[in-house]
Amino acid sequence: MVVYVGEDREDYILDKIVMKVLSPSEINKMARVTVTRAELYESDGSPVSGGPRDPHFGAIEPGEVCPVCGNTREHCPGHFGKLDLARPVVIPYYSDHIKYMLDATCRSCGRALLPVEKAKVYREILRELRKDWYQLYETFLKEIRKEMAATIECPYCGARQFKIRYVRPVLFYEERPEGETRLTPIDIRERLERIPDEDLELLGMDPKKSRPEWMVATTLPIPPISVRPPITLETGLKSEDDLTHAIVEIVRQNSRLHNLIIQNAPETLVEDAWLALQFVVAAYIDNELPNIYHLSHRNQRPMKTLAQRLKGKEGRLRGNLSGKRVNFSARTVISPDPNISINEVGVPIEIAMILTYPMRVTPYNIEEARKYVLNGPYKWPGATFVYKKRSGKQIDLRFQKNYKQLAESLEVGDIVERHLLDGDVVLFNRQPSLHRMSILAHKVRVMPYKTFRLNPLVCPPYNADFDGDEMNLHLMRSQEARAEAEELMLVEKHIRTPRYGGPIIGGRQDYVSGAYLLTIKNRFLTEREVIDLLGAAGYKGSLPEPAILAPKKLWTGKQIVSLFLPETFNYTGKAKINSGPLRCDTFDCMHDSYVVINKGKLLMGAFDKASIGAEVPNNVLHKIALEHGDSKAREILDTMYRMFIRMLDLRGLTISLSDVDVPEEARRELAKLIDDAKKEIDEYIRLYHEGKLEPLPGRTPEETLEQKIIVRLQKLLNDAGSLVIKYMDPFNDIFVMAKTGARGSDINITQMVALLGQQVVRGKRPSRGYRDRTLAHFKPKDLSPEARGFVKGNFRYGLRPTEVFFHAAAGREGLVDTAVKTSQSGYMQRRLINAEQDAYVAFDGTVRDSYGNLIQTKYGEDGADPMATYHGKAVSVDRLLERFGEIKEG
Amino acid sequence: MVDIELKVLLGEDISLEELSNLARYVLPKEVYDEIKEKVIDNDRLTDRSKIRIIKEAIRDHLKSQVQPGEPVGVVGAQSLGEPGTQMTLRTFHYAGVVEFDVTLGLPRLIEIVDARREPSTPIMRIPLIDKYKNDIEKAREIARKLEYTTIGNIKDTITWEPGIPKITIVLDKNLMEDKGVTLEKVIAALKKAKLGEIEVESEDPPTITIWLSEKVISPEELANPIAFQTIENKIEKIYLKGIKGIRRAIIQKQGDEYVIITDGTNLAEVLKVKGVDYRRVRSNNIHEVAEVLGIEAARNTIIEEIMGVLSESGLDVDIRHVMLLADLMTHTGKVRQIGRLGIAGQKPSVLARAAFEVTAKNLYDAAVRGEEERFLGVTETIIAGLIPRVGTGLVLLTSPAAPEREGHEEVSKASEEQPQEAGGE
Repeated sequence: MVVYVGEDREDYILDKIVMKVLSPSEINKMARVTVTRAELYESDGSPVSGGPRDPHFGAIEPGEVCPVCGNTREHCPGHFGKLDLARPVVIPYYSDHIKYMLDATCRSCGRALLPVEKAKVYREILRELRKDWYQLYETFLKEIRKEMAATIECPYCGARQFKIRYVRPVLFYEERPEGETRLTPIDIRERLERIPDEDLELLGMDPKKSRPEWMVATTLPIPPISVRPPITLETGLKSEDDLTHAIVEIVRQNSRLHNLIIQNAPETLVEDAWLALQFVVAAYIDNELPNIYHLSHRNQRPMKTLAQRLKGKEGRLRGNLSGKRVNFSARTVISPDPNISINEVGVPIEIAMILTYPMRVTPYNIEEARKYVLNGPYKWPGATFVYKKRSGKQIDLRFQKNYKQLAESLEVGDIVERHLLDGDVVLFNRQPSLHRMSILAHKVRVMPYKTFRLNPLVCPPYNADFDGDEMNLHLMRSQEARAEAEELMLVEKHIRTPRYGGPIIGGRQDYVSGAYLLTIKNRFLTEREVIDLLGAAGYKGSLPEPAILAPKKLWTGKQIVSLFLPETFNYTGKAKINSGPLRCDTFDCMHDSYVVINKGKLLMGAFDKASIGAEVPNNVLHKIALEHGDSKAREILDTMYRMFIRMLDLRGLTISLSDVDVPEEARRELAKLIDDAKKEIDEYIRLYHEGKLEPLPGRTPEETLEQKIIVRLQKLLNDAGSLVIKYMDPFNDIFVMAKTGARGSDINITQMVALLGQQVVRGKRPSRGYRDRTLAHFKPKDLSPEARGFVKGNFRYGLRPTEVFFHAAAGREGLVDTAVKTSQSGYMQRRLINAEQDAYVAFDGTVRDSYGNLIQTKYGEDGADPMATYHGKAVSVDRLLERFGEIKEG
Repeated sequence: MVDIELKVLLGEDISLEELSNLARYVLPKEVYDEIKEKVIDNDRLTDRSKIRIIKEAIRDHLKSQVQPGEPVGVVGAQSLGEPGTQMTLRTFHYAGVVEFDVTLGLPRLIEIVDARREPSTPIMRIPLIDKYKNDIEKAREIARKLEYTTIGNIKDTITWEPGIPKITIVLDKNLMEDKGVTLEKVIAALKKAKLGEIEVESEDPPTITIWLSEKVISPEELANPIAFQTIENKIEKIYLKGIKGIRRAIIQKQGDEYVIITDGTNLAEVLKVKGVDYRRVRSNNIHEVAEVLGIEAARNTIIEEIMGVLSESGLDVDIRHVMLLADLMTHTGKVRQIGRLGIAGQKPSVLARAAFEVTAKNLYDAAVRGEEERFLGVTETIIAGLIPRVGTGLVLLTSPAAPEREGHEEVSKASEEQPQEAGGE
């Protein structure tokens, strides 16, 4: 297809590929050499003429000139050869179709087994269906094929039809009245030849493209040498490709058969050799077919033949065509740098000197280009290559001494291959790439040292941390790609996720605890501290009026935070800490747990995960991003959020053993709780043994007992949790982290301070190990909590030996679970993407696939992009009332 | 559309009434209804702010519309696949009911997208008509009617002795009461089975003796325990009452009504049962729903099931992604699975199919059929090194760059030509 490709050029692009069965005449036409000998090299090392290494297969050695096209190996495309088979063979994979054809056609006259009139009607229907209803066309074909196969008497010649038995992949037998007879490829080919063109349509073949008898090969095409290049080992020995080995095997079998035939050998010998040839050809096409002899090397390793090259993850289609290895990419360890923008990525200077961008010299940048050339390839910011427009020459700066002269010779239109510079747009990626936010565009910041630097706020979309994670970076080498990446893939454009209409970028961990500690109501900051915080945020402007003027000027954290909020921003919402004793349902709240922002001023409530966290829909960050734009949200992430971690630098956030300890009094209460639970459970067990335990409906007494014990122990754990939390200092840093949602949960605290609780393996209490008991430390059939995985110990005071085992068993299960899950969900995602990838929104708002099928008349029934919604709601009336509602006076 | 947008955005003077009419026309019904209730009919709000709110609502609505070319399919697949890694593998109890184990999490999600014939834990939720929905007795009665019960379900023991053509069945009284089966009913069923003479030995525990007729067991077989075993199995399977496929039915209080939850499904039959509110009955067997209620119902079942699994796992995924998946699975009128036997295997493109699974076979089949690869879908275009026709690749019309400003180099020749169509049909 001819297309316009920019400037004033036109070019050809691939329009379509027509698939056909290769015909013997076409194979003959393609072939530049006929293979007759199985040997590869003569004793002097030169390739055997007429062997699988014949020079006519193309030039492959350095300096070799192709005898067919006269090119050296750089330009010789390689040429096909052929092998004339002594007797025809069936090609596997085609054999399924051969079976259908034999079933559906007459064994003597070759006509499709349908009465004339019916055939005519069916043909019409097929033609119509094929145009627009491909799936139906296939179904219909299948149906009429069944009908034909069931016909016993040919409507044309009256010949009786017999059943064909097909043994995958290549053998056919006919069940004749006198007994079962094998159909040789010659028989099959004859029958297929008899099928008239007009009947082929009924069999699903297009006679204009291929004939059925071509599915039985009389001549094999032998691929060019470039398809199966020999490799030279370090020892100087040549090692041939697997495909060449397979071809040698075919040629050998073919010659044997040929010799037997011309020697007029007994028919059984010929048959055996023929069958052997048949199997070798089958293995050459697919060496994993069932019921054939597989080709293998001397060391037993099976050969990789044609199908193996295409198949599977590392095969040609998935490994080389759908995904490719690329140049201009880099990979190294990532480390955090909260002081760069979320839109940026820190790139080591070594990498910046390898990744280069082809900069076209224009009147505007010629001076700049000269500077790079002057610096040369080893000094950043320099250049590695220059392409001269006028001479078409390529100059490698590594071998160029006079940079100065070269720089001066630069002209408009030349291309300078310059180093990566600050501000260049690159793609940054972390595997597994599960969603589109796994590859984002960043702006380069060239830095010293050897790691990629990443703002920790961008960890959630990549699901990255800094415990040794590595990431990949790709430089795009065209202006279009860069522009598109910057417009569509820049980090700030992905603060909101399309998955659920919420922010995926936002505070986590230190940002959350820092935000809380900065904005709680007892936080008063001195002038020095305020300046320090605002300095960290890069704030430019004057300080607000202090909240307290005397005896010392003091500012509240809320005041400082308010400097960064948009002036028209209104917000009310609960904080994460709003629960338990700190619960408030309206803004009449004494615990600082109800956040109110009015006209950009944080009036009450402390910021925590619920307000500024990542993955919390409808929070402050999300609403700013939606209502004031992604770039405003980015600005806040780059300024206000920086203060949050600065706050922790000022105050410090640390834990010690005393943080996970509670007073003696609490310990006593805890012991009593455990004791009470134990008593109750002992009672259950007693009842059970006496057979008096009332079973739950549909459950056995054993199951009932287990159920009751688990429920009771769960209650114990919850009670213990609330007990210890009651005794904790509200500014205990562990407690602050859990409460604000920065890290850890109440359960983690309970496990550190009080007890670990029941360990669960496969959803049940552990019960196996030794006969009738879990560990040798217990009596057989002991059902008590201790003997079945209940852990009374905590992380503060340690676990008993038996408890460690139970804890480890539950921990192991978690690991196994994760390992299994990743492979399952990975495959599910691959299938989902494969099925859904063609769906897009057309210009008329409908969802269609690339083949024109209508899938939805309006995307998601309201046409809204989830990414642009308030957690799924395109229009949030409540939010609009909050923003713009004015109550009438009086 | 553009006119409306401009009018609203430019803040042209407009009366509240006029604007309300506009909003009704532009906004989805639910949104308009909400605005009508909370804004237009709200007497406490000033008119000025009402106008502002409606304008902003229209603006939000227009702003939120998906852009043409948006690859909603890929985004949807990712939005469902990415949280898959965070899902649990285990089965859970059904919403607090201890009786049932229900497959949830990743295994259930895979089951749905695979469009399996039968879910691993088929379940129905059967609400009752208004008259009965608060009546636990009635609910129990209907539940009993549903449960598929055979003699095997209520037997205590079945005994026999080789040599004597006699089988003794002892029934469990509690089970009989639980299932609502009377002794008479059992006898009637046994009579129908025509095994031989029936004798009731005692009422408590209910014991029945059957003298097997020669038709059932020939004298030569009398010494053969296997023959007796076969008859025992047959007796156990004798149907007493209920609907086939419903293994258990329990009653649960949901909200203010009693609802029957069943283990096993049979939508067609359950819908016929009197007292059942057939409008609200649901089954988690997608194929069954498609057969009984039609493809749209199947589509809704897929959506509800997936959303249920996700929310049960505490995962947040927008319903639009699930809708698109369900529509993809059903838009041909049949429920198709995701994968090589369904959507991915029915694509018109050879290369797309070959790149997914069963590579070699797809290529050979295509050769025989004489298929043509047109390079329309995403996979094929990527394989061929073309630009996929989604997103920015959807735009086929290109125009030459704007002419360069005066005084700089030569003016591009292309700028004088008309814009040309690139590619396309």
